[in-house]
Amino acid sequence: MDKILICTGTSGIAAYAVEVACLFEELIKKHKLDEQYRVVRVGDRGLFRDVLVDVVTEDSRLVYEFVKPENVEQIVIEHLVGGRPVEKLLAGKDYEDFFSGQMRIVLSNCGEIDPEDIGEYIARGGYEALKTAVSMESLDIIETVTSAGLRGRGGGGFPTGLKWKFCFEAQGDEKYVVCNADEGDPGAFMDRSVLEGDPHSVIEGMAIAGRAIGAASGVIYCRAEYPLAVKRLQCAIDDAGARGFLGDNIMGTGFSFDIEIMQGAGAFVCGEETALIASIEGKRGLPRPRPPFPAVKGLWDKPTNINNVETFANVRHIIAKGADWYSSIGTDGSKGTKVFALAGKVKNTGLVEVPMGTTIKDLVFGLGGGMARKMVKFKAVQLGGPSGGCLPESLADMSIDYESITGTGAIMGSGGMIIMDQQTCMVDVARYFLEFTVEESCGQCTPCRVGLRRMLDVLIEITDGRGKPKHMTFLKEMGETVKSMSLCGLGQTAPNPALTTMRYFQDEYDLHVNKKECPAHVCPELLKFKVIEDKCAKCGMCQKTCPVDAIEWKKGEVARIDLEKCTECRSCIRACPFMAIE
Amino acid sequence: MPAVNTSEVKKSDIVGMIEHHREKKGVLIPLLQEVQDRYGYVPKEAVEIIAAELDVYPVDIYGILTFYAQFHLKPRGRHIIKVCMGTACYIMGGKEILDHLKGTLGIEIDQTTEDGNFTLEVVSCLGCCGMGPVVMVDEKFYGRCDLQKMDEVLQEYGK
Repeated sequence: MDKILICTGTSGIAAYAVEVACLFEELIKKHKLDEQYRVVRVGDRGLFRDVLVDVVTEDSRLVYEFVKPENVEQIVIEHLVGGRPVEKLLAGKDYEDFFSGQMRIVLSNCGEIDPEDIGEYIARGGYEALKTAVSMESLDIIETVTSAGLRGRGGGGFPTGLKWKFCFEAQGDEKYVVCNADEGDPGAFMDRSVLEGDPHSVIEGMAIAGRAIGAASGVIYCRAEYPLAVKRLQCAIDDAGARGFLGDNIMGTGFSFDIEIMQGAGAFVCGEETALIASIEGKRGLPRPRPPFPAVKGLWDKPTNINNVETFANVRHIIAKGADWYSSIGTDGSKGTKVFALAGKVKNTGLVEVPMGTTIKDLVFGLGGGMARKMVKFKAVQLGGPSGGCLPESLADMSIDYESITGTGAIMGSGGMIIMDQQTCMVDVARYFLEFTVEESCGQCTPCRVGLRRMLDVLIEITDGRGKPKHMTFLKEMGETVKSMSLCGLGQTAPNPALTTMRYFQDEYDLHVNKKECPAHVCPELLKFKVIEDKCAKCGMCQKTCPVDAIEWKKGEVARIDLEKCTECRSCIRACPFMAIE
Repeated sequence: MPAVNTSEVKKSDIVGMIEHHREKKGVLIPLLQEVQDRYGYVPKEAVEIIAAELDVYPVDIYGILTFYAQFHLKPRGRHIIKVCMGTACYIMGGKEILDHLKGTLGIEIDQTTEDGNFTLEVVSCLGCCGMGPVVMVDEKFYGRCDLQKMDEVLQEYGK
């Protein structure tokens, strides 16, 4: 039977994918094509082209992009009934470039299978790795994962095999496997897409880990902001249990393993492993000193192995295809692929999976298709969310692997990658991240609680035009203090956005402090809402976007802003590709 | 889902929820989530009943409620507007959207309009970064928002 694949992950749904899917079903029935076509709701494939719709027959596959509910009838009548594909809606070169440059291992099923149908997962080799693993000795599984060179994808980059070994060797009658699905970094959505698009791959990885360390229970700690992921995970857990891949005596080997889902309640710090454990135990999510590490004393004081979603999703491929295959991908120190969430001012936004060692330039200008607006130039890439840093264009040739990135002062993080252009103010970005970490600091350590607050106060003064030269020294000193004197990863990395922007964009700070200018035209207190006549291209874009009609413009004339009417909403500044409004 | 916001807390309802969780370890967070699903917020009366039934101090429950951003101690509006302030949404104009909503609705973050129709909240990241700026109203996502689109969305919900 031929299939119509419709991407209905959270991002697809935001672009009316559910409506599109329902319309297809309705019209297929109406035109009596339901014997020939089946609508399959797949997870997000990664490229955000509103709704992606694939028509898959035995010998062909055509992809439609930017499909809206009003296009469905045309596709059904012209293509499915008439046999003539709707040319103007077919995916173009960007789509091809975006996918051809990738190496999809973790994402291989995302956007291809119905995540709520275990049969489709099994048909693509699912649970074969678990079958292999249950007949292996614990140490052999651990050795395979170790020699594959898999490192934790949550941000830390700790060798996964070693982590498993510690937990295997720890004494304890009960052990736990915990999946960290508390993807709290703003700007990161890799884990959400995997959970929504291929939940069984995570479950299979966890079961293999359970077999390796000798655990019988698993917990997935998932962000409350991801309701669809929770729903699909629960469905997958139930189905896996019904098929005997979870539960007692799996495949008659005597190995038993079950998984429960715990929903987070909105606290970024719970991504830190000891805080996450406290939260599962029903307490405030406060990190505690390590050692003892969770591998020795974790959930309910039992040995616990915690890995992130993407790490678990890699495991089945390593067991199925072998450590040699996996370690042949990537660089010397960083093996395999990494999924990045490409977002911001880039043309093709979405998820990309590339071998470790790919350069930033390849990602932004290759797969990403370059900047969203050709007139406004690439300025920086933000890696690793609030714990990471902003890297300038001059580092665009750098290879993306754990070691190279750490050397820049940023971190690999979980894989969020926000592309920024000349209309992004780096001081404002630092202020934005500090606002976030001040809000999310748990408050235990004084340097993090008070120091970050003071750094934020100073950044607010700078962006408000009250900056002083001595503020720069203060930010550097306080940043180093907070980094070195905090207990957990949150405090140890929270100053990074401020420190890296100061390191690479010192000139922007200088302009804010000394000249009270914001070169990106972002900081409200430094804006005049005046059109710079020399730069104005007389295009009228600003006038069209103004919601309060405060801009006077006639064809061929320089625009003028009526400050009486202006509400300073900044729509015009954002719309102007020539940066002609200051 | 739109919040129910009933102020009548029935002891039997709360006890029923507690029974559902009692045998498990680490019950407090899932239990409080269930209470909030039912009432739209966590009422004071519910905290007192839970504290008595589970033999914990109310302060420990408030400790959890105020630690996690997801819990609410006051009734909320019929429609919850969540403006995403994730990095991608922020640099794509999320702040402008938020300012516009504050102005149009006449409320600040975490406040409810006088007619009880809207509560305005911000959220760190909804995970739709490729569709930014993103706004979520109740359970529905709106991607690639601008000020005009926001006005249309508000009208959809009876502004």
